[in-house]
Amino acid sequence: MSHTCDKDQALYDELKLVINEKKKLRNPLIEILHKAQDIFGYLPVEVQMFVAEQLEISLSKVYGVVTFYNRFSMTPRGKYLINVCTGTACYVKGAPKLIQMLSEELKIGMGETTPDNMFTLSEVRCVGACSLAPVLVIDEETYGRLDTRKKVKEILNRYRG
Amino acid sequence: MSQNKRMDVLLCCGSGCISAGAKKLKEKIIELSKKHNIENEINIIETGCMGPCNLGPVMTIYPEGVFYQKVKVEDIQEIVEEHFIKGRPVKRLMSQGDNKVISEKKEVPFFQNQVKVALENCGYLNPEKIEEYIALDGYEALVTSILEKTPEEVIQEIKDSGLRGRGGGGFPTGVKWGFVQANKNKPKYVVCNADEGDPGAFMDRSLLEGDPHRVLEGMLIAAYAVGASKGFFYIRAEYPLAVVRIKNAIEQARESGLLGENIFGTDFSFDAEVRMGAGAFVCGEETALINSIMGMRGQPNPKPPYPANSGAWQKPTLVNNVETLANLPTIMRKGAKWFSSMGTETSKGTKVFALTGDIKNTGLVEVPMGISLNDLIFNIGGGMAEGKKFKGVQLGGPSGGCLTAEDLQTQIDYESLKAKGAMMGSGGVIVMDDTKCMVNVAKFFLEFTVDESCGKCVPCRVGLKQMYNILDNITKGKGKKGDIERLITLGESIQKLSLCGLGQSAPNPVLSTIKNFREEYEAHINDKMCPTCVCTDLYHIEIDKDKCIGCSLCSRKCPVTCITGSRTEKYTIAQVDCIKCGNCIEVCPVSAIDKIPGMSSEVLNIANNIEED
Ligand SMILES: Cc1cc2nc3c(=O)[nH]c(=O)nc-3n(C[C@H](O)[C@H](O)[C@H](O)COP(=O)(O)O)c2cc1C
Ligand code: SF4
Ligand code: SF4
Ligand code: FES
Repeated sequence: MSHTCDKDQALYDELKLVINEKKKLRNPLIEILHKAQDIFGYLPVEVQMFVAEQLEISLSKVYGVVTFYNRFSMTPRGKYLINVCTGTACYVKGAPKLIQMLSEELKIGMGETTPDNMFTLSEVRCVGACSLAPVLVIDEETYGRLDTRKKVKEILNRYRG
Repeated sequence: MSQNKRMDVLLCCGSGCISAGAKKLKEKIIELSKKHNIENEINIIETGCMGPCNLGPVMTIYPEGVFYQKVKVEDIQEIVEEHFIKGRPVKRLMSQGDNKVISEKKEVPFFQNQVKVALENCGYLNPEKIEEYIALDGYEALVTSILEKTPEEVIQEIKDSGLRGRGGGGFPTGVKWGFVQANKNKPKYVVCNADEGDPGAFMDRSLLEGDPHRVLEGMLIAAYAVGASKGFFYIRAEYPLAVVRIKNAIEQARESGLLGENIFGTDFSFDAEVRMGAGAFVCGEETALINSIMGMRGQPNPKPPYPANSGAWQKPTLVNNVETLANLPTIMRKGAKWFSSMGTETSKGTKVFALTGDIKNTGLVEVPMGISLNDLIFNIGGGMAEGKKFKGVQLGGPSGGCLTAEDLQTQIDYESLKAKGAMMGSGGVIVMDDTKCMVNVAKFFLEFTVDESCGKCVPCRVGLKQMYNILDNITKGKGKKGDIERLITLGESIQKLSLCGLGQSAPNPVLSTIKNFREEYEAHINDKMCPTCVCTDLYHIEIDKDKCIGCSLCSRKCPVTCITGSRTEKYTIAQVDCIKCGNCIEVCPVSAIDKIPGMSSEVLNIANNIEED
C-alpha cells in the first residue's frame, strides 16, 4: 500500500478489519465511511482511495458519496468537534447568539479550527433535544439552554482541562 | 416492572433529562440507598422520555405513582430518607397546582389531556429489556396477527383503523400496504424511516430510544402483512443512542425467536438491520432514502415508479415512519374500531407533537386528532413562556407554514391545517413570541432548504437560491418595490415544477409569512425598518442620556470602541461604526441602552448617498 506511512499503518489495519466485517452487508459504503471517519477523524482522499480499492469500486463513487453528505468531512478537525444546533427550535431560542458567543470565545468562525487544534466549530441541523434549545453537542454530550456567556465559558473550560 | 422489590424508581433518561443531570441522580440514589441498606428494596429503572422535558430531571416512584420534577442531586438525600425509608413523599418537589400540591403523575395538568397510544410505554419501562416490553403486552399483537390472522385480514384491520402515515405525507397506511402486498415480485423489503429531518421534531427519536421494541414489533406486523422478508431501520447519525437501542432490540428479538427463520413455526421469516444516515435532509424522502440505503448519494427519483413497486434493489419496498409503525401494535391489540373512535372524519387516532420555542411546557405530547391549536398550545403547552405574547406557530417544519393568533381555533387534522396554509408534517410545533421577525424566520427556513437541496432539478436548486437572495436583500435594507410579488411568483412556480417534496414545499414558509405578516415585509422594504429589531441592518442601538449615569462600562466593553463620552456629558454611540454586537446592552447597569427599529439617520444618509452615486 503505497499511500500509507508507518504512523498511519495501525489506523489502516483497523479500517481493514471494519471493511472485512461490513463487506458481507449489501452496499455497506456509507456504514464503512462512518467508521473510517471515526478512526481517522476525517476522510482525506487517501482514505477514500483505500476504501475504494478494498471494496473494488471507483474512487469517484466514494468521492461522490463523501461530498454529498454533510456529516462527512474532508478537512481535519480539532480534538473536540463543537456541533451547534441550527435547527428551528434552537434558532428561535437564540442559536445565532450562541454561535456569536462561541466564535468570540474561541476566536474562530464557523467551520474553522482553533490554532491549538483543540476545537472545531461546526453546525448541525437538530439533534432532537429541541426542548433544551439552544443546544450544542461535543462528542456525544449534549448541552442545553446555553443562553448566557457564562454557561458557554463554563463548558469550554471543561474541555480545555 | 418490578422484580418484587418494594419500590420502583422510574428515572427519565430521555435526552432532555440526561442533559439536565439524570445520570448523576442515579449515582446518588445508589450511593445513599447502599448507605441506608435499602438497596435491595428499590428498583431503579432508566426509562425513555416521559414528555415534560422543561421540568427535567423528572422521576416517578411506584407503587404510589408520585411524580417529582426538577430534582437536583442535593434533593436525593431527602427523597431517600423521607420518602423511601419513612414513606413520606417530598411535597416541595411535586408539581404545584393552583391551590394544592399534585402528587400523582396522572393528575399533573401536562399529562391530563393527553391520550397515549404510540407513547404508551415511553417513560414506563426500561427500553433495554425485552422482558419489560413483553410484560406490558408487548409482541402480543404480533403473535395473534401471525397465528390467527391472514395478511389480508391484518391489512383490512389497518385500513379500517383509518391510520395515516405520520411521516408527513399522511397517506393511508393500509392502502399503501395493499399495493406492496399485491406486487408478487420477491424478496420484499420494509424500511422504517427514522431520518427525522424536520428540525424541531424529536418524537421519532424518543420512540426509538424509549420504546424500541414497539417500533420493531410494528415493523414485524407490517412485514407479515405485505410479505416482506427483510427490514431496514434508516436512522440519522445524529441519534447514536437510538441506533444502540434498536440494535439491542433486534439482538434480543433474535434470541427470543421473534426474528429469524420460520417465526412461531410458520413460514414467515424475517430479519432486520440498521443503516445510518449521514446528515442530508432530503434522505427523509423515501426514494432518496432508498438510494442512501443502497450506499449511494441520497438523491430522489421521479415517482412513479413508487417504492411499493420498485424500491430497494428494484424490489417492492414498504416505507413507513417510526411513529406510524409504533401505532400498529396497539391498533392490532385494541382493534380498528377503538382507534378510529378517536379523531376527526379524515384523521383518526392520536398524534405525537414536539412542543418547542417560546412555550412554557416544552416537550413531547400525544393528543387525539381534532383538538384545537389553542388547546395544544395554551392548555397542554401551558401557554407562552415568561408572560410573552403569542405571535405565530410554525407547523410542518421547513415544508410547512406559519399560522397566527387568528388561526388558533383550527382543529388539528391533515386537511384543516393544509387549508390554512400549514401542514401536519411530522409534528414539530414551534411557538414564537412577538420578539421574532417573520421575514427573518422565512429566510432561516429558506437558508435551510437551499442548503439541503440535492441539486438534481433546476427549480429547486436555482429558484430557491433566487428567493433566498431576494429575502437576504430585504433583511439588509436593500429590498425593492415588487420584491414581494417576485417572491410569490417564484414560490408558486417552484412548488409546481420541482421533482420531489423538498422543492415542492420549500416555498411554503415564505408564502405563508407573506400572507399572514405582509406588513412586516413592507416595513423592511419600504421603511428600511425591522419592527422587532432582529435584522441587524434595520435597527440601531441608542443610549438614553436621561438614564445613563456615565459609568463608562459600555465604552470599555465595545469591541470597536465606538462609544465615547464622559461622566458629565454621558455616553453616545457612533452609529456608523457600531457593529451591533449588543455587548453594551448586556453590561449597562441601569438599562439605558436599547435597540430602536429602523436605521439611524447617519447610516441612512450614507446609504442614500451611495445609492445616488
Ligand atoms: C424532503 C422530504 C423529507 C422527508 N423527511 C421525512 C422524515 O424525516 N421522516 C419520515 O418519516 N418521512 C419523511 N418524509 C416522507 C417520506 O417520503 C415518506 O412519505 C414517509 O416516510 C412514508 O411513511 P408514512 O406513510 O408512514 O408516513 C419526507 C419527505 C420529503 C419530501
Ligand atoms: S426538488 Fe430539490 S431536493 Fe427534490 S430532487 Fe429536485 S433538487 Fe433535489
Ligand atoms: S453602561 Fe449604561 S450607564 Fe454606563 S456609560 Fe454606558 S450607557 Fe451609561
Ligand atoms: S432544533 Fe436544536 S435540537 Fe432540535
